[in-house]
Amino acid sequence: MAVSEPPPKLKDSPGPKQLALLHNGRWSGFTHLLAARMTELWREPEVMFWVFVFPLLLALGLGIAFRDKPADVTPVAIVAGSDAESTLAMIERSPEHALIHAQIAERNAALKGFRLGKYDLVIEPDSASEFHYVYDPARPESVLSRREVDDALQSAAGRKNPLTTATTVSSEPGSRYIDFLIPGLIGMNVMNAAMWGIGFALVDMRQRKLLKRFVGTPMRRSDFLTALASSRILLMFVEVVLLLGFGVFFFHMRVMGSWLAILLVGTFGALAFSGIGLLSASRAQKIETASGLMNLIMMPMWIFSGVFFSYERFPAVLHPFIKALPLTALNDALRATVLEGASLASQSGRLLVMAVWGVLSFLLALRVFRWT
Amino acid sequence: MPLAIQCRDLRKTYDGKVEAVRGLNLEIESGECFGLLGPNGAGKTTTIEILEGLLPPSSGQVTILGKTWESDARELRESMGISLQETRLAEKLTVRETIDLFASFYREPRLSDDVLDELQLTEKSNAWVGKLSGGQRQRLAVATALVGNPKVLFLDEPTTGLDPQSRRQLWDIVRGFQKRGGTVLLTTHYMEEAERLCDRLAIIDHGEVIAAGTPAELIARLGGHHVVEFAASGEQNDDSTDQWKHLPGVESVHRENDGLVCLHVREPHLTVPALLDLIVKQNSQLLHLSTRQASLEDVFVRLTGRHLRED
Ligand SMILES: Nc1ncnc2c1ncn2[C@@H]1O[C@H](COP(=O)(O)OP(=O)(O)O)[C@@H](O)[C@H]1O
Ligand SMILES: [Mg+2]
Repeated sequence: MAVSEPPPKLKDSPGPKQLALLHNGRWSGFTHLLAARMTELWREPEVMFWVFVFPLLLALGLGIAFRDKPADVTPVAIVAGSDAESTLAMIERSPEHALIHAQIAERNAALKGFRLGKYDLVIEPDSASEFHYVYDPARPESVLSRREVDDALQSAAGRKNPLTTATTVSSEPGSRYIDFLIPGLIGMNVMNAAMWGIGFALVDMRQRKLLKRFVGTPMRRSDFLTALASSRILLMFVEVVLLLGFGVFFFHMRVMGSWLAILLVGTFGALAFSGIGLLSASRAQKIETASGLMNLIMMPMWIFSGVFFSYERFPAVLHPFIKALPLTALNDALRATVLEGASLASQSGRLLVMAVWGVLSFLLALRVFRWT
Repeated sequence: MPLAIQCRDLRKTYDGKVEAVRGLNLEIESGECFGLLGPNGAGKTTTIEILEGLLPPSSGQVTILGKTWESDARELRESMGISLQETRLAEKLTVRETIDLFASFYREPRLSDDVLDELQLTEKSNAWVGKLSGGQRQRLAVATALVGNPKVLFLDEPTTGLDPQSRRQLWDIVRGFQKRGGTVLLTTHYMEEAERLCDRLAIIDHGEVIAAGTPAELIARLGGHHVVEFAASGEQNDDSTDQWKHLPGVESVHRENDGLVCLHVREPHLTVPALLDLIVKQNSQLLHLSTRQASLEDVFVRLTGRHLRED
């Protein structure tokens, strides 16, 4: 274990046979507990996979899925019939033709393709100048598709726009989906890793009677719990550097804030989730009990806290509750520091949310904790 | 001699139903090796964990080295070492890392190297705990108890499930600790272990001490120091038991379920001829006959009518 201890001072023992004794300082228990925890994690291949490899694979997969989709080309089907060819021709001569990929298909095949997401829209020409759209208002790409196709057909038919507008294409690093995604993945990973890491370790040690064995020594109980939380902070550094570094190298992300500020935000997150992890595994005797409880706690955050999409999509009345969730605070603060270079001071409200969650659950965990 | 461990009227009821310990009194002197001998479920673990301060008693007082758990917990932890009945230490730490970890909790622990050496684990010091044999694991468990340089050592069934050689190795370690002036409290359900290792012991059944003393005293209290075991053809009933009891030199009679009769006798050379005569007179036949020294097992059977290990 790579912990530097003060050099051993030999002391005389009062016993009948003289035994050589060491003299331990106040923090010797803590440093050894932390070192032992890190050593164990390092020797656990599954842990290394879930903590480090899995999030990278996830980022890679999602990044590629969203990067390779040709920006806004919408696939649409035109129901085969007497006016199908002319409709297709109208779309192809419209100014919007580059954004629309139209195909002629039998009615059933078209509708089936639409249901399966192969087409965003189905166009049914009633006559050469009357069209019927099949679209799904709940699918954003379908809504968009209807607008684009309608514009295309109208202008092909000779509509003149009353205003002249120009657009600038924005796919600069900093405003793409991958830029939004990576900080969210970091936040989610910090949460998952801290909760699972602490929860499983605690239940396992409780089952092994190792916790009971520890409290049979002069070990300080708070040292044990803080060492566990500290191990999560150390791992969090590695996770953040890996994931963010990955974004920088593979997706040319621009990190606007300082790495120090980002790591500090991560520290608050790791502390919050360590506390919650400790609390949720503070009494469980079985892994199933603990993991059920942790899933219950994490589920709302996976959904609401803006990991994969912005929580702005939820009704505004929910926003205060969503923002009070520790993962929302972590994700928002990470996005602000990573993408906008926000200062730590400007994030103090979010840091406070995380600190309150961490401290309260840590204190509560200490009180209800079951060592046997 | 000052008392190292004392408890008075110790009681423990689990969940308001299971009376695991019912009014236990123990006085263990400094430097003694004291054993709690009893079958599974007798309340040994419950008792020792209460004494170790890991389990609150329902009632009763505990004093260790003149201190109580309520007022001096931290001091007591510094001066005692424990090995629980079942602890699975972290599998992916090495032997040395494990001992170092436990040493780090104490103000003045022993050197890990010395403890490794004493417990004959030096060769294994860089092996993962998960790769150790049962005997090595158990020695490591005792090593984690000894590394804090304790005055009192608590061992809950330290040799259960070990082969005879590993068992002897552990006995030597316990004796070595005792020689340095340490006090030992251990539980066991092996009468041989209790007989060989313990200076004094308490036999426990259903949460109560049913006999206490040195192993020799307990065996002497049986009356006879020898046991004659035999089986004879024909019906055995209370009448015949009465007849065995009146044979010369017989102190007591115990009938086993399988038809075997045990006579506790003072002088087997007087009892055996008389026994053979009686069997001839009864027109029955001798199916089995053996004699041996009485053991703690016989003490337990005599006191409870059951064997220590019913497996
Ligand atoms: N945590 C517990 N809850 C309820 N009953 C228990 C518990 N621990 C032990 N017991 C019961 O108390 C009795 C004594 O158990 P124990 O002290 O473990 O005996 P021993 O160590 O001599 O085998 C047994 O009947 C056992 O079933
Ligand atoms: Mg037991």
